Amino acid sequence: MKLIQSGKMVAAMALMLTFSAPIPAMSGDTIKIGVAGAHSGDLATYGLPTVNAAKLVVDQVNAKGGIKGKKIELLIEDDVCKPEVATNSATKLVSQGAEVIIGHICSGPTKAALPIYKNANILVISPSSTSPDLTYSGEYPNFFRTIAPDDTQAKVDVEFALNKLGFTKIALVHDKGDYGKGLAEFAKSFIEKSGKAQVVLFEGVTPGAVDYSAIVQKIKQKDAQAVIFGGYHPEASKIVSMMKKKRMTTAFISDDGVKVDTFISVAGADAEGAYASGPMDTTKNPLSIQAKDEHKKAFGTDPGSFFENAYAATLALVNAIDKAGSTDLAALKKVLQTEKVDTPLGSISFNEKGDAIGVGFSVYQVKDGKFIELK
Amino acid sequence: MDYFIELLCSGLTRGAIYALIALGYTMVYGIIGLINFAHGEIYMIGAFTAYIVATVLTIYGFPLLAIVVLAGLAAVVWSSAYGYTVERIAYKPLRHAPRLSPLISAIGMSIFLQNYVLLAQTPDFLPFPTLIPDFPFMEPIAHIIGSTDLVILLTTTIIMIALTVLIKGTKIGKAMRATAQDRTMAMLLGIDVNKIISATFIIGSALAAVGGLLIASHIGQINFSIGFLAGIKAFTAAVLGGIGSIPGAVLGALVLGLTESFATGYVSSDYEDVFAFSLLVIILIFKPSGLLGKAETKKV
Amino acid sequence: MSPLKHTLRGLLLSLWFAALTFPIMVIKVNPVEGTVTWRWQNALFVAGGVFFIYLLVQLALRHKAASKKAGASDDTGEQESFIHRILQDQKQKYLLGGILLAVAVAFPTFSSSYQTTVMTTALMYVVLGLGLNIVVGMAGLLDLGYVAFYAVGAYSYALLNHHFGLGFWAVLPIGGGLAALFGILLGFPVLRLRGDYLAIVTLGFGEIIRLILENWGEFSKGPSGISNIARPGLFGIELSLDSAIIYSYYLMVLFVIATIFIVNRLQDSRLGRAWIALREDEIACQAMGIDKRKTKLVAFSLGAFWAGIIGVVFAAKTTFINPASFTFLESAIILAIVVLGGMGSIVGVILAALILILLPEYLRELSQYRMLAFGAILVAMMVFRPQGLIASIRRTYKFEKPAPAGKPR
Repeated sequence: MKLIQSGKMVAAMALMLTFSAPIPAMSGDTIKIGVAGAHSGDLATYGLPTVNAAKLVVDQVNAKGGIKGKKIELLIEDDVCKPEVATNSATKLVSQGAEVIIGHICSGPTKAALPIYKNANILVISPSSTSPDLTYSGEYPNFFRTIAPDDTQAKVDVEFALNKLGFTKIALVHDKGDYGKGLAEFAKSFIEKSGKAQVVLFEGVTPGAVDYSAIVQKIKQKDAQAVIFGGYHPEASKIVSMMKKKRMTTAFISDDGVKVDTFISVAGADAEGAYASGPMDTTKNPLSIQAKDEHKKAFGTDPGSFFENAYAATLALVNAIDKAGSTDLAALKKVLQTEKVDTPLGSISFNEKGDAIGVGFSVYQVKDGKFIELK
Repeated sequence: MDYFIELLCSGLTRGAIYALIALGYTMVYGIIGLINFAHGEIYMIGAFTAYIVATVLTIYGFPLLAIVVLAGLAAVVWSSAYGYTVERIAYKPLRHAPRLSPLISAIGMSIFLQNYVLLAQTPDFLPFPTLIPDFPFMEPIAHIIGSTDLVILLTTTIIMIALTVLIKGTKIGKAMRATAQDRTMAMLLGIDVNKIISATFIIGSALAAVGGLLIASHIGQINFSIGFLAGIKAFTAAVLGGIGSIPGAVLGALVLGLTESFATGYVSSDYEDVFAFSLLVIILIFKPSGLLGKAETKKV
Repeated sequence: MSPLKHTLRGLLLSLWFAALTFPIMVIKVNPVEGTVTWRWQNALFVAGGVFFIYLLVQLALRHKAASKKAGASDDTGEQESFIHRILQDQKQKYLLGGILLAVAVAFPTFSSSYQTTVMTTALMYVVLGLGLNIVVGMAGLLDLGYVAFYAVGAYSYALLNHHFGLGFWAVLPIGGGLAALFGILLGFPVLRLRGDYLAIVTLGFGEIIRLILENWGEFSKGPSGISNIARPGLFGIELSLDSAIIYSYYLMVLFVIATIFIVNRLQDSRLGRAWIALREDEIACQAMGIDKRKTKLVAFSLGAFWAGIIGVVFAAKTTFINPASFTFLESAIILAIVVLGGMGSIVGVILAALILILLPEYLRELSQYRMLAFGAILVAMMVFRPQGLIASIRRTYKFEKPAPAGKPR
């Protein structure tokens, strides 16, 4: 009985495979832009600002009559920052006829979803996926981003610690995550290459652990002059607080996961003097001021993480669709790589690999409860 | 040598926190044989209540001592109430269900409570107000052991002693021991078993609240997810010591805290948790019912 | 109780919950700006909601009591649900199976590739649930680290594919075998442990595997994971994405059928009965001459084998894996599938897997409240139906009068 059934199955399966042609690209009366990222759960704070940014830009474009008479429609999909969910979201977006994608937010899901978009010849532009592999490996010709990859940031941090501050003994600590550990590894290789300093410690901490005093004691025992930490602000503020409690004067240098206001509000006075690299200061850019005002007007709050990157990504994308006159991958790529666009991040275009030109990092220091850019 | 003492202190502090949470696990297990997965969440809610009350009082300008007392009291009261309610909703109807059902119910409760706090408050990390000031007399040794560590160790010791007195010396403690030993027999002897179980949950939750308050002021921040990892670790500690045994929970917690601290200090923090769990596996292989657990001989 | 008393109790309850949730629901502080927001309306929502739920529960209880009274005369009707009756009748059983199979085969034709992907995921959990069901449901060994074996399977495919270019079909048995090996490795030391000790050790084991994958970067590429894993091959034919999705779906349908068949046969085998005996009473089981050690080990390794196989499928389907996909929550969800379905019940496990995986996927619109609802549903299910959706039927032997000649049983 079972055998016969499975025999039928194979036959049916073969039939199904021959008949199922790929879904034709939808050419409706709207341009469909997919927005994918973490919109619920604990990482939603990183994903929702992107949705807001895309909405703001798209509303403006639509108010002006859309692109060449076509209105833009947003398809919003949640991937909760999980790779296995991201493949579902990506498939859903593709089958709903999304023509370009803004997202995903986390590097892991982006990696998982990209092959699906690549297969469908859809352009993807991420505001926040910083894993260097995404552009360096050359495996994703359809991928662009408006944020600099992690190694640029590690380089900025290391150069600052070695050349500006003149440290020779550095401890590298990370949060065992994709982003944090990657950054620490890059920092390690840059320090070793420079030959100016010595890595005295390279270790990971467990996010959410009840206590970091043991690792802080180890930093002290190794006599490090500075800690370069790769990771996010909750762990960073635990480490700086613990260092202050142990009366240590070791410098604390970290990344843009820490260069957020929550770091200062959580760590309070302990954050004073900490360094963190982050996207170059945009507070004087008129477009950035305007974008933030729009957000305040529309949603009543200050924009969150990666808002400007997402705003820039949407602007670049809309401009490219307008100039190219279609959502064809090759045409869009050409426009993105040749034409400069004015965005809240400055005037940007993209290089061959898909990384934005003109987006970089600078180092900030916490002074009187605020991040001040160091020139 | 200084380094060794520092690691010892941080291990003891960590162990003391684990102990406060582990006691709740072990008491509940001893009495109804249930792994209360939602216990970590009770601890988180205790910390959150303390955070809210303390911040409100700080904003309204109360003196520090009043803030500490009121926040601590609120944490204990509300955590106990949550513990009691959770037991009534999720476990009491399942007294006679298959053994795994209350476990799933507990896991469900844990997921529910986490998301409840996430939605009602915020997914962000929040700064926990400084409730324990730096004592001037501790300043010379502040680089080895901080004021918070001292308070944690003292509070935990006092609570342990109080709990032992309660269990050994009072009527309700006696009733608890009787219920743990044989529920049916206890019932026949006129003990209101349901009340005793509720009391166990309340006491366990109150201890967890104290733990939550202490750890939150130790690390200075709070978030809806802090209960999970701490809960798993405390549970490990309870099993390590022999689940159901109160001195066992304390011993297991201290062993676990010290192991983690020394593993980080002398080996690498990369494998801190691997050491913790491997220790558990090894001890259980040689002593299948934990360090102080009674080997159960089943008679047929 | 009179209606008045009911109302009073309901009001008291709502008052209790309003007070209970007061600090967290009502007060919201902003420590940086030093402001306090009092959200009194939330207290009203809680009180109202609790009262409403209380009334619903009372109504349901009364209804249940009434139907019990009415059906007291034939208690077999209470015991056997609709599905059980179908399952008992061979003809109806095959009819139901046939209908389900037809729907499963036709599914991709009337749904989008997104729906098909989601269904493939759900089917993966059906097999995972059935695999864990061997360990927990049949042999009664509580395993909280099942996801470790799943990870072993996924990483064996990812690594073998990445380094040696081995294909899906070649790694499938290797992944399953490796996972089974790990099952035995774990099984040996923990054989002596009692139920709850076993639970925590397996939990620890699951965490150890994940932590090693996370920290041993040279071996597993650490937290950044492995990308570009090959999709399952079909005699060397290049498949487009859409066909690949449909192909994986049919693969999973085949796996599910094979698993159901094997598990079903196992349940009736000597081994399956030994497991059930072990679950019910270890000492009695040993006294009956069953090799406890061997039986437990086989259960562990067989359960692990299935997790390994599905791990391989998972890696091939997602084309990207990292250690974050193998957390304790995943183990908890698989365990929830087994218990929700009714321990040891194959139909129940399938139903529970479909509900638990599809529900959150389609509840996306309410994405914020998804996990909240998931937790609440787990609790509610256990409280109102602790034996699971479809309890496994105990094999009972009834004494029957000799059947009339010509119709042997």
